[in-house]
Amino acid sequence: MHIQLGALDYAILLIYVGFVIGIGFALTRYMKTSADFLTSGRSIPAWVTGLAFISANLGALELVGMAASGAKYGIATAHFYWVGAIPAMVFLAVFMMPFYYGSKARSVPEYLNMRFDQRVATLNALSFAVMTVFASGISMDALAKLLHSLLGWDYNLALWICSGVVLVYVLKGGLTSAIYTEVLQFFMIVLGFAPVVYLGLKDVGGWDVIKQQLAGVAVHPSALNLWDDPAKSFAPDAWTSAWKPVLAGPSSNPMGVDWFAMVFGLGFVLSFGYWCTNFLVVQRAMAARNMSAARRTPLIAAVPKMLFPVLVILPGILAVALTTLPGKNYRIPQAQIEAAKYPAAIAALKQAITDHAKPDDAVKALKVAAGVKFNKAKVDALLMEQIQSLPQTQVESRLQDAVVNDYDDVIFSLVKKYCPTGLLGLALTGLLASFMSGMAGNVTAFNTIWTYNIYQAHLAPDKSDAHYAWMGRFITVAGILISIACAYVARMYDNIMDVIQLVFGFVNAPLFATFLLGMFWARCTGTGAFLGLLGGISTSALFHGLTMAEGKGGWLGADLFTFNSTMAQNFWLASFAFAVCFLLTAGLSLATARTRTDQDLKGLVYSLTPKLKDEEQSWFLRPAVLGVILLGCCAALNWVFF
Amino acid sequence: MGLDIRWPIGLMFSLIGALLTGYGAMTASDAALYQRSLDININLWWGLVLLVFGAIMLVLAWRGRARPGQPAATDKL
Repeated sequence: MHIQLGALDYAILLIYVGFVIGIGFALTRYMKTSADFLTSGRSIPAWVTGLAFISANLGALELVGMAASGAKYGIATAHFYWVGAIPAMVFLAVFMMPFYYGSKARSVPEYLNMRFDQRVATLNALSFAVMTVFASGISMDALAKLLHSLLGWDYNLALWICSGVVLVYVLKGGLTSAIYTEVLQFFMIVLGFAPVVYLGLKDVGGWDVIKQQLAGVAVHPSALNLWDDPAKSFAPDAWTSAWKPVLAGPSSNPMGVDWFAMVFGLGFVLSFGYWCTNFLVVQRAMAARNMSAARRTPLIAAVPKMLFPVLVILPGILAVALTTLPGKNYRIPQAQIEAAKYPAAIAALKQAITDHAKPDDAVKALKVAAGVKFNKAKVDALLMEQIQSLPQTQVESRLQDAVVNDYDDVIFSLVKKYCPTGLLGLALTGLLASFMSGMAGNVTAFNTIWTYNIYQAHLAPDKSDAHYAWMGRFITVAGILISIACAYVARMYDNIMDVIQLVFGFVNAPLFATFLLGMFWARCTGTGAFLGLLGGISTSALFHGLTMAEGKGGWLGADLFTFNSTMAQNFWLASFAFAVCFLLTAGLSLATARTRTDQDLKGLVYSLTPKLKDEEQSWFLRPAVLGVILLGCCAALNWVFF
Repeated sequence: MGLDIRWPIGLMFSLIGALLTGYGAMTASDAALYQRSLDININLWWGLVLLVFGAIMLVLAWRGRARPGQPAATDKL
């Protein structure tokens, strides 16, 4: 069912596109050197880089996924925004930015090259470059699919037009263009989604009603297809408390995660690995106009990050509450069984009943017959009943009710429900904006890494700056074309994309150990770091091969441990990879000779770098002070929703 | 960079805000349209919010602009 857009909705969409292209053209005259184009010539104020920093992270897939997780797991999803982000952002600002910015490195791999050697830098540059084009391809594929299913636009047309818009403004204004449109996107998302959340919350009747309704859901989650096992029952606060269900153990919370995996795996290894080393976000801080602006970038970003759960997770939670309220005429979205497939589905169900089939087998047979997945608890209930005696229409509606939830549709279902034409255009433009700026962010990170860390470092050193500036533009076009190719791959082969994302997970998991040792231990050597990193990556792969969760993993044939969820598996995988990388890097560093003297490492390692004098700034602008305040606020939020 | 981002933000949201407010005022009597937004004329009200936000951005950009003979005022952030 398509949404009908009015003329006003299209007008808002066009105004946005007009402005981003206009920004690109207005910036063209400032793009003189390769540094202007690729690194913004380090000239941007902190509030702009700060909002771009958070906006580059808040891709559209994140918006869709977080609302989905809000419905699936409840408020514990907010840990991705609190424990899984704020401490790392403060750490980046206070401890790491001085090295990134002070070393004058133009990218994260360039810092690695200065600190260790070319091997570590190239490993990081290559994996990052491939990852960015795939990430941007996956996101554009999702955008085109969305425009197709939501508005009925042609997939190819949507993909090429949106990519074309991104190409124009990135080519014209480089990184500055991308950063500026990310700020625009930030306000677009906030101002486009706030009224939807407000209307939803008002409709449900407030947080207290949500808590009350979700208590019923938690006790019997299979009633809403939130759980497969009909006998499963959580504590009443499983969806509305952030910590109590997690502390009670992996089988007491819908995430299936224990507190150690949450704090160490997510809060330390994965979070620090992402926020402190991912060039996509760090690049924004590096574009700031001076050291204090660079250090304040993640701190400014932390404020909206901490509050975003209201905008992106709450919609999912309130959608569940809304489903339980009769008269609201809302249900968590499901895939629809096509009318033509009902006879086959009903036949499969009857067959399963006469065969006394197990629920698992019945679910499989129904999936084949109806083309959609079914919830085991609901199918189990249907198998117990005398459906022969029920009228046809009732069996059909019971079958439809048994289809699994399509959580990714939650956010759109709310937009559809509450937005009249006008507001609809605003919300959809916000969504479109975040898809496009996601692509722009990835492409601007990709072109810098390619030009400086692959092309200049290996293929063509010692060329003129004009040559690199040309290469930067050329690779921008190439990067967008590769992204489009990746989008088509993603469209055709879901499984390939899953494998690719899994592999990137392996590569990224141990990365923070390398940075931590490199930045704080002068004795750490290039060989140690390189082999340690490879060891960490292998550990990830091995760990995934030897454990299972939700039927995934265990590809080495052995199943040494089964986790309650793939999320828990992922957190533990990262923890192991980090530990191995850390120990291996440290051990090998002690066993190998140093190739960098203390003099070489000045400005790159904590103990060898003169301390920055923050005392000259007003106390409320000092990074350490701001960091402590932010951590306090984050702790308070955790306490309130404990 | 030479362009102050507050100009485009201010202009864009003022423009969208004006459109929404105008449309909201025009359709104020259309009860069917606003049934989905819980009988609130959300276009009118939210359009006003956007207008105010856009105006604030424009004022800030105006105050921070470069004047002849002196560089653009740099704020602490």
